[in-house]
Order: sequence, then C-alpha cells, then structure tokens
Amino acid sequence: MAHAHESNVKRIWMVFGLLSVVTIVEVALGITKPDILHLTSFLGTSPLNWIFIILTLYKAYYITWTFMHMEGEKKWFRRAAVWTAVFLICYLVTLLLIEGGYIYDTLSPIVKW
Amino acid sequence: MESNITIPSDSKKTWNGGGVRPFGASYGKMMMWFFIVSDALTFSGFLAAYGLTRFKFIDSWPIADEVFTHVPFIHGNYPMYYVAFMTFILIFSSVTMVMAVDAGHKMQKNKVAWYMFATIIGGIIFVGSQAWEWNTFIKGSYGAVKTEDGKVLQFVKDGHQIALSDFVVGDRMDERLSHTKKNGLWFESGETVGKYSVAQVMASYKADPSIQIRSEQIDLEKKQKIIFSREKGASELAKGKFIIEGANLTANEYGNTIFSDFFFFITGFHGFHVFSGIVINIIIFFNVILGTYEKKGHYEMVEKVGLYWHFVDLVWVFVFTFFYLV
Repeated sequence: MAHAHESNVKRIWMVFGLLSVVTIVEVALGITKPDILHLTSFLGTSPLNWIFIILTLYKAYYITWTFMHMEGEKKWFRRAAVWTAVFLICYLVTLLLIEGGYIYDTLSPIVKW
Repeated sequence: MESNITIPSDSKKTWNGGGVRPFGASYGKMMMWFFIVSDALTFSGFLAAYGLTRFKFIDSWPIADEVFTHVPFIHGNYPMYYVAFMTFILIFSSVTMVMAVDAGHKMQKNKVAWYMFATIIGGIIFVGSQAWEWNTFIKGSYGAVKTEDGKVLQFVKDGHQIALSDFVVGDRMDERLSHTKKNGLWFESGETVGKYSVAQVMASYKADPSIQIRSEQIDLEKKQKIIFSREKGASELAKGKFIIEGANLTANEYGNTIFSDFFFFITGFHGFHVFSGIVINIIIFFNVILGTYEKKGHYEMVEKVGLYWHFVDLVWVFVFTFFYLV
C-alpha cells in the first residue's frame, strides 16, 4: 500500500498557491475594508464578514481534504470525523451566538455610556 | 524486542493481528483523527465563547485593526501584516510537512528528514512570532485611563490615537513614587507606580485643546469608536480612577478586559499546541534520521504527526479569521 502511492507533489503546490491567494485576498480586504462591504448588512452581519467566513471554510476544506488527506480515506471514516465535528460545532455556535445576542439585547439598555 | 512479539503488530494490514482493519485505517491514524475531532471541539468551544462575549459587547468590542498594528523592527501603523506573515509561515510549514509525508510514501529517508527539519523551523518561527505578539500586546502601545465605572478612555489627536507620552506633561501631583529598596524597607513590596498619574493626565488634557477622548463605544453605523467632544471628554475623564498601560488578565488599555483574556487564552492554547507539535516533530525527526521507520518498512508515524500539525494550521486559520479579520 505504501509503495503503491502516487506522488502528490504537484497537487500540494497547487493547493499551497490556492491557500496563499485566499489569504492575500483576506488580508487585502481586511486592510482596505471597502465601505460597501463593511458598512452594509446582510443576514445579520456585514457582507465582508460573510466573505471572511466563507473563505475560511474554503481554506479549511482544502487543508482537511488535501493536506490531511481526507479525500483518500474511506467514505464512512471521513464522515465519522467530519460530520460529527461539523454538526456539534454548528450546534454549539448557534446556541452560543443566539445567547450572546440575547444578553446584548437585555444588557445594553441598562449600560450608560 | 522482536522475540517477544509473535505477531508483528507494526504491520499496517491489521489491528494487533486481527481481521481486516476497520475503514481501512490503521489504529494509530484512526485514533489521531478522533483526537483531532475532540480537540477541534475544544477550540470551537473557545471560539464560540469568544463569539458569545463579542455579541454581548457588540457595541464596545475592541477593533482588532486598532489593537494589532505592529511589525517587528518597523515603526508605524501596519494592521494585520504581521499576523498575515505568521499565517503564511504556518501554511508553508504545513506544505513542507505534507511533502515529508509524500516522501515517506516513496521511502525517501533523506527527503523526509529535510522536510521535517523545514517544518520544525517553520514552527519555531511561528511560536517566536507569537511570543513577540504577546510581548507587544502586554506592553501596550498607547496607554489609557480607566474610569470608576469601568470604562476605558483613549486619547486621540486629529482622529488618530496618541500615546500618553505624546501629550502628558508636568509632574504627577500626587506625590507618589515607586518604592525602591535603597529607600529603606518600609514595606516588603507594593504595586508599581506608573509613569503618569490620573491628575497629571487630566491637567495635560485641559492644557492642550487639540486632544480628544475616544470612548469604547462603537458607532454601529460607521463601525468606528465614538470620539467625545472636549466638554464631554473632560467630564468623563473626571471619573478617571487609574492609568492602564498595556494589557493583562485584569486590565486592558484597548478596551474590554475580557478581550485580552480571550486573546491570551485562545492564542495561548493554540501556541501551546504548536509548541507540542514542534516537540513531537523533533522526536519523529530523530527517529527518521536513526532509520526507525526505514526498518519498520513504512513512514506512517510521519503521517500521523503530520495530521496533528495540519490540524494546528487548520485551527490557526479559524483563529486568524475570528480574532483578527471579522
């Protein structure tokens, strides 16, 4: 099995290029913060934040699939790890963020600035 | 050793000489994956708690661009550049790690060793950068006044934040000095007395009409901190209790104290992962050089430590987004 492995060198460099480009885009957007993306609101936060989150998930996908070689694992092994983590993280994040928004709604009227 | 083992358990084909391997994965690799899943949950717990706290203080959270603005050896305001550099270092060390795994599949011992070496160097640069980042954050760059109702007041001139040392003049006016041993042993120890006193800052503020005070509150329309008028600033400053310079677990010149708590906790926990990754990498590196895996017939150990290393990179991608970008 170990010997039958094909070389992935080319693909690795391609993914590295991809991750670098995405990071450069993120940093460029983070520094310039175009008003049209930064000061408007879309689905609860600014479109800029959505871009950051989507690009992050995009990078996470490539790191997991290529670098951690998830694409080469058996389908149900992959699912055992990925589905579990994705489900639990979504669950936790949803609950905590809703809770945080609620605390803000109740707390901010009594904070004097 | 070998005489003690009747069935070679090192073989990648089975678990302890049993039947077919579940999911075609070796025991070690599968357990590494399950460890990674649980560790990912720990990190997401931290980041989700950070999210909750940030939502709770959505109208006063420090703006990361205004906090992390330093680059080593260069003066001036350069938000993000250094963290971006750190991100690149970590991604690149991930690439060298995956190259080591790839060379391992082809049983190229020397290549594996060199790529492992490059990965270790990348990790050390990253941890060093993080230490520098911590040091800068702890020292602080501007200084601020904390009021008795717990608000942090920063100082601006022409819309840009300025340091206390840029405008505070005169003497302390409260007669306090840091106690030193040569002045006798009146007490064993005491709090360090800062360079400036609140009264001194107040007097300097009154003396220079170009100085304004910036509050922690964010104008949610413009996503910028609100700058007080001179009069409002003076009345807020009158409530000043003490001077904060830098950040620690109990005070933070950049705003909410819990922001610095999360910064130390999350980047610290991640940094500790990088550190342990480096240690494990070094151990594996020596094993590669000694030919352990050459004798074993496969380099799966490199693959397993590689999984851990990529995971550390993966976490950083998220920390980078949620701490510095969003």
